[in-house]
Amino acid sequence: MFDLNVLWFILVAVLFIGFFFLEGFDFGVGMSTQIIAKSDMDRRILINSIGPFWDANEVWLITAGGALFAAFPHWYATLFSGFYTPLVVVLLALIVRATGFEFRAKSDHPLWKKSWDVCIFLGSLLPPLLFGVVFACFMQGLPIDKNMELKAGFFDIVNYYTLSGGLTVLVLCLVHGLTFTTLRTVGDLQDRARRTAQKLLPVLGILLAVFCALTYIKTDLFHERGTILSFIFGLAVIVFVLSGFFLSRKKDGWAFGMTGGVIILAFTAVFIGLFPRVMISSISDAFSLTITNAASGHYSLKVMTIVALSLLPFVLGYQIWSYIVFRKRVTEKSHLEY
Amino acid sequence: MDMVFLSRLQFASTTIFHFIFVPISIGLAFLIAIMETMYVRTGNEEYKKMAKFWGKLFLINFVIGIVTGILQEFQFGMNWSNYSRFVGDVFGAPLAIEALLAFFMESTFIGLWIFGWDRLSKKVHLACIWLTAIGTTFSAFWILIANSFMQHPVGYEINNGRAEMNDFFALITNGQALVEMPHTVLGALATGAFLVTGISAYKMLKKQDVEFFKKSFQIGITVALISTFLTMVAGHAQAQYLVETQPMKMAASEGLWETSEDPAPWTVSAFIDVDKKENTGEIKIPYLLSILSYNTLDGSVKGMNELQAEYIQKYGEGNYIPPVKTTFWSFRIMVVAGTLMLLFGIYGVYLGWKKKLVSKSNKWFYRFMVAGISFPFIANTSGWIMTEMGRQPWTVFGLMTTEDSISPSVSAGQVLFSIITFCSVYTILGIIMVFLFVKVIKKGPYLMDKKEEKVNSDPFAKEGFHV
Repeated sequence: MFDLNVLWFILVAVLFIGFFFLEGFDFGVGMSTQIIAKSDMDRRILINSIGPFWDANEVWLITAGGALFAAFPHWYATLFSGFYTPLVVVLLALIVRATGFEFRAKSDHPLWKKSWDVCIFLGSLLPPLLFGVVFACFMQGLPIDKNMELKAGFFDIVNYYTLSGGLTVLVLCLVHGLTFTTLRTVGDLQDRARRTAQKLLPVLGILLAVFCALTYIKTDLFHERGTILSFIFGLAVIVFVLSGFFLSRKKDGWAFGMTGGVIILAFTAVFIGLFPRVMISSISDAFSLTITNAASGHYSLKVMTIVALSLLPFVLGYQIWSYIVFRKRVTEKSHLEY
Repeated sequence: MDMVFLSRLQFASTTIFHFIFVPISIGLAFLIAIMETMYVRTGNEEYKKMAKFWGKLFLINFVIGIVTGILQEFQFGMNWSNYSRFVGDVFGAPLAIEALLAFFMESTFIGLWIFGWDRLSKKVHLACIWLTAIGTTFSAFWILIANSFMQHPVGYEINNGRAEMNDFFALITNGQALVEMPHTVLGALATGAFLVTGISAYKMLKKQDVEFFKKSFQIGITVALISTFLTMVAGHAQAQYLVETQPMKMAASEGLWETSEDPAPWTVSAFIDVDKKENTGEIKIPYLLSILSYNTLDGSVKGMNELQAEYIQKYGEGNYIPPVKTTFWSFRIMVVAGTLMLLFGIYGVYLGWKKKLVSKSNKWFYRFMVAGISFPFIANTSGWIMTEMGRQPWTVFGLMTTEDSISPSVSAGQVLFSIITFCSVYTILGIIMVFLFVKVIKKGPYLMDKKEEKVNSDPFAKEGFHV
């Protein structure tokens, strides 16, 4: 049953996972400007460490949105209209965050810097929190009616299950950002990043465990795909433990790979658990959006497949190249644009 | 409050705001690419300084373009979910391709350009700004493919109550796109060029860094003249296409209630009474509308009343006449702004030709050039208002009305909340942008360098020139 609908489900999943892996550390770095930075210079180094990347990383989200629109118009329409207010908040957060990066260093006035610091912090904290909530909502199920309209009340979206999902993603991004910082900085700042990551790991472990347990109880995901999800869960435990191990050994590259691995595994599990549904209806199984009833026609998917598969290698190629160009650590002596 | 009205208000205001920054990005990217090319070819550091100075302004502008652009992609689904369901199959594809092809390119290579001055070879660095510039054009291309589908739907069939793509090639060779694309992109080039010339004129008036800004002015005014002229040529082609494909928009933009006489005169101005469906005090230029529409001295243009009757036959009862006054006047505002741009361009190029750019007698001209910074924005905005308002009552011409396009699950209160927050944030962003522009312009290209030298000995003052 491997058809274009499945392929596009995978591509959408890859785009979202890529987004959480890449922009995940951006969010983490943004948050850490208020957690591990002791001076203005620390903050600038942190922001500059993601300077050449954050924009392209954010494009992963835009592309995921575009892919949803093109391949699964109903998923796009139900999701974006159904989560109207949370998305307004996400958009505002992304707006003030990006402008914060760009504008913060353009004046030395304390109020100017302070304001942008708040923007960068909240702008980096709210999106992962809210995306976590939204993805938890996908799994928990939402009141989607027979016309695919989602009219969610406040407590459909905000409850202990979704909040636990949001917090998990938030801390996950923070830890991922800290391991990224250990890779991109030197000296005291690097040490602080490493120590903070180590302190946060147990918290993250508990959050992940709680969220998995709640998912087991509150959703049908483990019921539907128990074997494979258990396998991923086991793998995630190993990767998680390894991230702690590498952090303590100061093998920063490996530690970063492992925190990224947890992100990849976590979101892979979400998508596999949902498959072939994309948004679960709590009113009736028949109303759930699936890769079939939410999708575009065959012709459109075929065109998009050809376009996407021919462009993707180039996109990945030059993005990787940019990471190679800027592989050197950022210090006080670097070219600090931000 | 009325959901359709609120949704339209939000879309219009956020889009108009977004489209202040987009043309600057496209135009400046190319101008900077030209300047850096001159640097790489001649080795003259002056051009490098130029690329860096205008690059500063570019980046301030670019980031606002990006963040307001994310909203653009999201709000089709947020505010227009019925529309998204109906057209996603066709309309989503260009948006996805835009992100994959253009956005990744722009964002990655601009990052390399900003941070890569010391890390990349001259030529590779130059390639980065060209790729960014080309990326902005790709972006324009794909979003205009999407927009053209709304103006003139092609390459689709209606299945299960929605539009499904059946011919991708037809979609990307949509005649509407082929005329809309050059008109928009060339207009964007002109926008960037008038920004550069206006700022240069200001600095020359202030007698600051005159040589530097004279050079910038020269590059800018050349691009300004060529692109303005070509924008008009493309606009003319677009108007002719309009007569064929969206005659109602054409008639509304002419305030033409009854089918015109043959040959058709062009109405310069008129008092339009929408209720009585008649105009008074018309000033007309004979033959001109025939020339505009068909490139000939004869031929009549259909009026709104006749078209309305035709559309009722075709699409059923309803009012198919767009807001006439808005369409009529926005078109004229665009034409006036464009004409002024052309005249300024001609005179500026003439001054450069005669080597009279630095002369006291230019005082007034330069003052006009500073004001001229706003002309392309006026032209861009009124042009888009004409295009989008003139398409009403449709979102997709002939297929779906604006009324039917909104999100049923979103409440008016939610939209009101988002309009207020977005507009407040956007207003603040606009003010900050102007503030930062003024700051960079006042510093000028050399002061920024002076402080940069200091920087080498003191890393903490690295960005001292920002102060």
